Amino acid sequence: MRQKAFFAVPYALWIILFVVAPLVLIFYQSFFNIDGQFTLGNYANYLTSSVYLKMTVDSVWYAFLITLVTLVISYPTAYVLNRLPNKQFWLLLVILPTWINLLLKTYAFIGLFSQAGTINQFLRFVGLGSHQLLFTDASFMFVAAYIEIPFMVLPIFNSLAEINPSLINASKDLGANDWQTFTKVIWPLSLPGVKAGIQAVFIPSLSLFMITRLIGGNRVITLGTAIEEHFLTTQNWGMGSTIGVILILAMFIVMAVTGDRRKKKGGVRR
Amino acid sequence: MKKLLSAFIGILILCLLLAGGDYALNRHNNGSSRKTVTIYNWGDYIDPALITKFEHQTGYHVDYETFDSNESMLTKIRQGGTNYDLVIPSEYTVQRMRREHLIAPLDHRKLPNMRYLDKQFLNRSFDPGNHYSVPYFWGTLGIIYNDQKIKGADVQHWRQLWNPRLKNNLMLIDSARDVFAIALITQGKSVNTTNYGQLKSAQGKLKQLTPNVKAIIADEMKMYMERGEAAVGVTYSGDAREMMSVNHHLHYVVPSEGSNIWFDNMVIPKSARNKAAAYKFINFMLEPKNAAQNARYVGYATPNWKAKQLLPKKVTSNRAFYPPKQTMKHLQTYRDLPLHVLGEYNDLFLEFKMFAK
Repeated sequence: MRQKAFFAVPYALWIILFVVAPLVLIFYQSFFNIDGQFTLGNYANYLTSSVYLKMTVDSVWYAFLITLVTLVISYPTAYVLNRLPNKQFWLLLVILPTWINLLLKTYAFIGLFSQAGTINQFLRFVGLGSHQLLFTDASFMFVAAYIEIPFMVLPIFNSLAEINPSLINASKDLGANDWQTFTKVIWPLSLPGVKAGIQAVFIPSLSLFMITRLIGGNRVITLGTAIEEHFLTTQNWGMGSTIGVILILAMFIVMAVTGDRRKKKGGVRR
Repeated sequence: MKKLLSAFIGILILCLLLAGGDYALNRHNNGSSRKTVTIYNWGDYIDPALITKFEHQTGYHVDYETFDSNESMLTKIRQGGTNYDLVIPSEYTVQRMRREHLIAPLDHRKLPNMRYLDKQFLNRSFDPGNHYSVPYFWGTLGIIYNDQKIKGADVQHWRQLWNPRLKNNLMLIDSARDVFAIALITQGKSVNTTNYGQLKSAQGKLKQLTPNVKAIIADEMKMYMERGEAAVGVTYSGDAREMMSVNHHLHYVVPSEGSNIWFDNMVIPKSARNKAAAYKFINFMLEPKNAAQNARYVGYATPNWKAKQLLPKKVTSNRAFYPPKQTMKHLQTYRDLPLHVLGEYNDLFLEFKMFAK
């Protein structure tokens, strides 16, 4: 028993220093105004400001869209990958781009999407003329989804790989067609992976800020933009922390929503 | 298990070797700390050849570190634990650092080369008598345009940016004060206004600009303008200079009705360890030959009149970078505003950005 406690020390230290302490600090910081006085004003400001509320709604909406797009692409991808020979190799190819720096990838997209970029060159070549690709919602969504896809594919892939093939065989033996097998057996069994994927994509998407500027040209504003501004430009750490707390709350809500349903379903089944 | 263990040990040994190598290299480089001078400057803001020259001349070793915004630099210095000997902040940050007692007063007797500085850039309101700072470069906020997409005559003044012909063809720099300066100047107000009504009305003016705004970005603008992504951009003179050297269809204008003039200045933080070397470095950079070389490399305007004489005529006669007296009279510096006013600027700016869609 004592030995167990000893082995838990690094983990406990890590959690306290790098997870709990920062959270407490952000929470604490959010109760102070620029002059360092204790106040609830930051929260009042947030809740009464149409700017922040609209920004929150926008952020959630974009994050939702990004997650949806990512899921629609990732699920079939993970499904197909699972059926290929050498599936680990193909999975590696999907994961490979995450080894490249995020900023670098974003800059690569600027090269592709700009007026003088590869895609417009091609469009002009086939006689379709140039189009404005950068600084549009579509390009922003595209790049964001591209960056998030590996984080969605991986958990779904794993949960699909864990499904015992005899269950699928049993379903077929018992007369279910492919569609029924998928909806009644594969999908429910892969749901934990889907939920993990949604958590891994939705929450970071809420606070994307580099891409909103580089690809979205600041025409897409998310809460991340506001946090960056409060910490770097206005030095209003209190307000920045308040928005940070809101993001943390959003994170808990997402976790609760994606976590609870599973338990409930288990209950019904029982 | 055995395999795993040997792999583990292998990695550990590799790490130790790397750490040892790193230590050895650092020790070799640094020498004794007495002979090191640490400079904290904006990225790509000095001719590296000058650093080498300084090292050869004085025997000091220069540690050169960079920052990308006044605010991040300020945060780092405020937090302490740093030992920068020389920092190069912009004027409103000098004002703030002075107020927070972060920088040391300068002994002008140790800086004989200050005599080469042009009087009109000294004794400015952010540091009367230049007790704390020495100007390094100065520049303006202005309009850059692509002559393939628009006639020069159409973008000589701020108010022309509202021209419907520029629809979705204008790029703005992502900075609250600079974007508000455009509207405030157009409305004949001070760029340092603290009057909320004036700011609100400036924001209203900016909202009318939104159909023309293609993007609100930072450094990326250079690349976009060079590639011809937009016809017009609002940017700083130094960045403009860089863009123009890549794309010859680009031109830069400082509107004659007024604009922002900014200064980057050399200051010595109180926490400096090697002030003697910092003085030597400032003096070295004020040497006309060195200042001219640096100005040619960086491309910003030098406050050093003697160095200006050493620059090619083509550069110094360029009214975009050394504006005529008439324009100079209308240029305003940013003052360091109270934090809650800055908050107002930025909140209104954020709202404008959200509206920009």
